[in-house]
Amino acid sequence: MQDAKNLKEYRKEMQESLDNTFLRKALDTFAVTYRASRARAFAEFDVDQLVADVAEAKDAVLPRLHELFLEFKKNAEAAGVKVHFAKDADEANALIVDIARQTGSKKIIKSKSMTAEETLLNHALEDHGLEVTETDLGEWIIQLRHEGPSHMVMPAIHLSRYQVGDLFTDVTGAKQEPDIEKLVKVARRELRSKFVEADMGITGANFAIADTGTIGLVTNEGNARLVTTLPPVHVALMGIDKLVPSLTDALKILKVLPRNATGQNITSYVTWITGANECLSATNKKKDIHFIVLDNGRLEMAKDPLFSQVFRCVRCGACANVCPVYRLVGGHKMGHIYIGAIGLILTYFFHGPEKAKNIVQNCINCEACKDICAGGIDLPRLIKQVHVRIQDKEGHPLPSLLLGQVMKNRKLFHTLLRTAKWAQKPVAGNDGFMRHLPMMFFKEHDFKALPTVAEKPFRDRFTELRQDVKNPRLRVGLFSGCVQDFVYPEQMEAAFQLFADSNVAMTFPMAQSCCGLPLQMMGEAKTSRDVAMQNVRAFEKENVDYIITLCASCASHLKHNYPVLLADDPKILEKTLAFTAKVMDFSSFAHDILGLKEQDFAGDGKPATFHSPCHLCRGLGVHDAPRDLIKAAGLDYREADESEVCCGFGGTFSAKFPELSEAHLNKKLDNVEKTGAEVLLTDCPGCVMQLKGGLKKRGSKIVVQHTAEALAARRKKGN
Amino acid sequence: MTMILDKDRQTALTSRFSEKARAVSAFVTEVASFDEALAYTVDLCGKQGACRIRISGCEEHLSPPADALCELKQEKIVAAPGLDPVLYDRLLAHCAANGFSCIKSGMRSYLSGIDIGFTVADLAIAETGTLVINCPGEELRLATMLSEYHVCVVHRSTIVEDAFAADQHMLKYLRKTPDYTAFITGASRTADIERVLALGVHGPLELHILLLED
Repeated sequence: MQDAKNLKEYRKEMQESLDNTFLRKALDTFAVTYRASRARAFAEFDVDQLVADVAEAKDAVLPRLHELFLEFKKNAEAAGVKVHFAKDADEANALIVDIARQTGSKKIIKSKSMTAEETLLNHALEDHGLEVTETDLGEWIIQLRHEGPSHMVMPAIHLSRYQVGDLFTDVTGAKQEPDIEKLVKVARRELRSKFVEADMGITGANFAIADTGTIGLVTNEGNARLVTTLPPVHVALMGIDKLVPSLTDALKILKVLPRNATGQNITSYVTWITGANECLSATNKKKDIHFIVLDNGRLEMAKDPLFSQVFRCVRCGACANVCPVYRLVGGHKMGHIYIGAIGLILTYFFHGPEKAKNIVQNCINCEACKDICAGGIDLPRLIKQVHVRIQDKEGHPLPSLLLGQVMKNRKLFHTLLRTAKWAQKPVAGNDGFMRHLPMMFFKEHDFKALPTVAEKPFRDRFTELRQDVKNPRLRVGLFSGCVQDFVYPEQMEAAFQLFADSNVAMTFPMAQSCCGLPLQMMGEAKTSRDVAMQNVRAFEKENVDYIITLCASCASHLKHNYPVLLADDPKILEKTLAFTAKVMDFSSFAHDILGLKEQDFAGDGKPATFHSPCHLCRGLGVHDAPRDLIKAAGLDYREADESEVCCGFGGTFSAKFPELSEAHLNKKLDNVEKTGAEVLLTDCPGCVMQLKGGLKKRGSKIVVQHTAEALAARRKKGN
Repeated sequence: MTMILDKDRQTALTSRFSEKARAVSAFVTEVASFDEALAYTVDLCGKQGACRIRISGCEEHLSPPADALCELKQEKIVAAPGLDPVLYDRLLAHCAANGFSCIKSGMRSYLSGIDIGFTVADLAIAETGTLVINCPGEELRLATMLSEYHVCVVHRSTIVEDAFAADQHMLKYLRKTPDYTAFITGASRTADIERVLALGVHGPLELHILLLED
């Protein structure tokens, strides 16, 4: 449970996780094996279609929420269940305490429920003198350790067999060996004795089916079946988001949930309970069943035009499984109670801005979560939006405000960048890196060498570049983004040469500015919109077929976020859509449109590898184009492990969380070095900055370039 | 022609079902008759050593209450609640001949655990190797939960392609309230300690599926 008061304290907590070698290794292994088993589980299916089915089914619930609740209640009650509605956690807990009192229950057994974690139910029950035992193995372990879960599906993933062995030694009063098979057997027997004496069982629910009044439980261990069968009283606590109209809808979710959660085709048990079942230990041989349907911020979410998509969440935990930040710091630092990308969002709604304000900044915006989500939720956007809401309400921090002020005024921003060139003189080396960091940077930034600002930005060079294109086959507008304009203009020049050689005419509208993504990342929504408007206007009068950018992050931001940022005015939206339709990343243009092939290049067979920028592979869905181009250019292409995992740059993320950025980078560079490549190529200047800086610090000889540079250098002339 | 197609389809479904069930560590065996299924069960209990006086986990160092519960079990027990009476009598005779107890009710007297739960699936789902058991009656439910080994007979004709194909059957169960219907796929499992797979955490250690020709 993440509870830091401020960002500084939060960073300190994360350093502890980074120093936990067991956790790091466990999560590293998991990150790799999870992806493989998930791929196997979905092999026979069209994943996108299945995800779309879930999204559609869940979206259809929203306008009918109240009606479905009433239908569910009516049908469940007709079958003998008592259905309660709880507006918040306290109300839900009070209802359950009351049921225990009325039924004279003293000993309670539970199967895993994230909703019960959310309401801190165990604390409430214990405060009333009730004995509660978690029966899911992982939940039991963390209950005994007085901890919260560190993963929604595998709550004790942060613990080793040795820790569990010690814990079970305490529980049984007898020495336990650190042997997993044996420890599981000990839990089987210890918990069986708890089952036998329990008066009441508490579960969650994965589905609440309105049509039949049924709940569905998705489990592996079989404990939920005992919890719902042995004691005479059963209470199921579920969020109102678990409502679905029909069994078919539940089955649609069931098809995706286990596959996405753990790479299983289905869990060992799926239990469908309708009505007050037979219970031979109850006085009237009927089980006393209560369904408690919880709001706790969900109804507010359902009404929100942006956040209502959170209802599609099926709590599979996949967004944590693929999150590079989760992989480094674990669930206790990457969530309050709910974990991973969805946790950052749910914390705000369920537990309030105070609990969300730090963790919500810990998103590197790599979009891995969005890519894997079982309900197709646009998680990175929602996380940013939570950040915006918190900042708008509680005030913007100074650096964020300053950035906003500066960026709003393109001329001021560019003047500052130009002056930085002079300011850095005393510390700049002649190799393009800063010798020592100027005072304005934090010392934690020392893990990578930072680049100097170029002598002359691309915007000044552009007018001097000769365009010898007689009858252009295409007209292209270049969008440079700040980093290529002011730090790496040579990347733009390389692309310029390559395009000119391919008979493409180019323009560079001078009014263009930063794409605005850094502002978005800092939660500066208003300026982010202003800057977007400015860029759309800058290209409005240009007669071009395509707008090409060499920065994958810019491309993805221009293409996907501008239509959202500028959606309020239909006229502006129309212009924006005309703009975004032309936006394309460098590799797709060179590969798909220019159709560059082997015969266009004179290769040298140098071993090369590719780092796929997050916003290229996931943001734009581009995978093959850059790799095909590298092979075509005659380089000896070698795929690196985890080539589509984030390098740790994440724009402003690396300034906010330098320790995490460094850990990401080290993993990335280890994988790059393993390939034996001499050239590391990528399609984003931010990644180039991060990778170059890291390799320089390592003293590595590997050359980092934008793919455009490697292609331009090998392009045959006069084709 | 339709008959042949149906037969081919059923064969394909059966083989897909078996493959998926085996992939989650279920033991799948074809049997020609119900008697063969009964013989398999008795053999599993006896010669194969599935039935043990001392139940699994009881050999570990346990707390006094957990240890005391272990002492409850003093015999080798096969439970078959809900089985057709004629078949049950045959199973009972087999068990008696081998010195095992055979029960069809009173499961709550055996909460420590029983050796084998013998059941017949209502449906089976090929896509995931899943058994569907409609068990509103507590005795049958408990037999599938408290047994160390679960032996389940699947009539080939009851295998359907996927869960959606079972939808209408399922609705029949769900609408006849109160109802408790279980999807069972493989043995009880956990990966909660270091993500290492371990079978038999709360439910059966092994699942044996007997495919019966109709």
